[in-house]
Amino acid sequence: MSEREVLELLRENARYSTADIARMTDLEEDEVAAAIDDLEAAGVVQGYQAVVDWDELEEERVRAEVELNVRLDRETGYDDIAERLARFPEVTAFRLVSGDYDFDMEVEGDSIREVSQFISEKVAPVPEITQTVTHYVMTSYKENGIEFGDGEEDDRLSFSP
Amino acid sequence: MPLDLSDRVQTVPPSGIRRFFEIAEERDDVISLGVGEPDFATPWAARDAAIASLEAGKTSYTANRGKRELRERIADYVADGFALEYDPADEIIVTAGASEAVDLAFRTLVDPGDTVAIAQPSYISYEPGVIFAGGEVLSVPTSKADEFTLTVEALESAGADETDLLVLCYPNNPTGAVMSEAELEPIAEFAREHDLTVLSDEIYAELTYDGEHTSIATLEGMRERTIVFNGFSKAHAMTGLRLGYALGPAKAINAMNKIHQYTMLSAPTTAQHAAIEALDSCDEEVREMVAQYDRRRQFVLSRFREIGLDVFEAKGAFYCFPEVPDGWTAEEFAEGVLREEGVAVVPGDVFGAGGEGHLRVSYATGLTDLREALDRIETFVEEHV
Repeated sequence: MSEREVLELLRENARYSTADIARMTDLEEDEVAAAIDDLEAAGVVQGYQAVVDWDELEEERVRAEVELNVRLDRETGYDDIAERLARFPEVTAFRLVSGDYDFDMEVEGDSIREVSQFISEKVAPVPEITQTVTHYVMTSYKENGIEFGDGEEDDRLSFSP
Repeated sequence: MPLDLSDRVQTVPPSGIRRFFEIAEERDDVISLGVGEPDFATPWAARDAAIASLEAGKTSYTANRGKRELRERIADYVADGFALEYDPADEIIVTAGASEAVDLAFRTLVDPGDTVAIAQPSYISYEPGVIFAGGEVLSVPTSKADEFTLTVEALESAGADETDLLVLCYPNNPTGAVMSEAELEPIAEFAREHDLTVLSDEIYAELTYDGEHTSIATLEGMRERTIVFNGFSKAHAMTGLRLGYALGPAKAINAMNKIHQYTMLSAPTTAQHAAIEALDSCDEEVREMVAQYDRRRQFVLSRFREIGLDVFEAKGAFYCFPEVPDGWTAEEFAEGVLREEGVAVVPGDVFGAGGEGHLRVSYATGLTDLREALDRIETFVEEHV
């Protein structure tokens, strides 16, 4: 149960120090550290990343959501295709989904040209892939539960009863 | 003489935190832990319902007691959450904030010369409310030794057996104290024995972190002599929407409604639409806010212990109530930490007897600011104590 609580706090802000997590829970600092170690060792926590609003940076960052349709055969399953494509560093997320298409793939690159080239040269030619539909991300409003923008200003009175 | 102010108004001193406001205005880097309202916005579904009601042009008065639909939802909510059974027809009144409900109760129940016992430290409106209603106040101080719970000894030594009404507020503003069923039982017995009416302000009921909230109205023989106040400001983060309610026997609620219909007419309509949605679909948001407050509570309590200020384990509302170091008054400490470190806290004296020597620290503020504020308080203590 304590692991669950630690996980929740890490999901809220992975940069909370172990000391702060201990203060917020009934746990001691070394128990927090042990819980984090366990979560990492068990593969529950796979990594930590910053949530970035690319629009705030000067340089271009191109991201695309790609729908993939595939045809399976006796030798090739979803896992085989996923393994093959997820290995490309350009691919930032890869999921099997329900609905009109099979895979939902997120791709990142420095330019539209780079991303387009990746899809046409590396993805589309895979024999099991029957169709790709690429959606370039125009603006992102919310990622990983964090709303982008300046945030709402605290306009409360500094003292209230 | 024109504009001859009434004695009642003149008797009430201006708010004790006015001066601190002005000091806080002088700096632009103040982190305020002096705030008595949530830092969260009202759950979006409730705001959305309010917007939809405006778009649909639902801007007329409602029934005096509040929309029937809302009173029914409130009846279900308090029955499920706190085992409080009230008939939406004539035992519930929806008001412009719980504050209005408290004022209505005073004006309904207090005659000139009546004495009202108030367990203190407590929310600053009770005392003026009694005076505006023409009554007299008897302070019943609680103390850190009792973790700021109300005890029969405190009632007896203050002389509360001679009073007509008893006001209590648990979970408590400003201390964060809660009272369990076992602690409320002797108070209920005292009220029955001395035939007191009890006004129980339970606006922070949902913000109870250790165990369940018990309402004194659910104890034996108490329903008929208790009026319970609650509202949407704290648990549903709706302070500015101004919506509260009172629960009580029809005799009292009908009488309160008489004043309400001639003064307020009805509580804000838009807010009532938001409140219906808040009770219908925002339980998850409330749970999440309560979980956040609880983490911050533990964080702040831990930090005060590390800093070396004595603090009792606050278990409700969103306040903790640390003691100032020896040799300081609460006001000196609060002013010092505001002027030098830009952290706003409220001296406990403001909340009446028993509050002296303490600070009300609100943790209705994000963790980043809380961390910084506590670091600054630590610096202040290191430099001066």
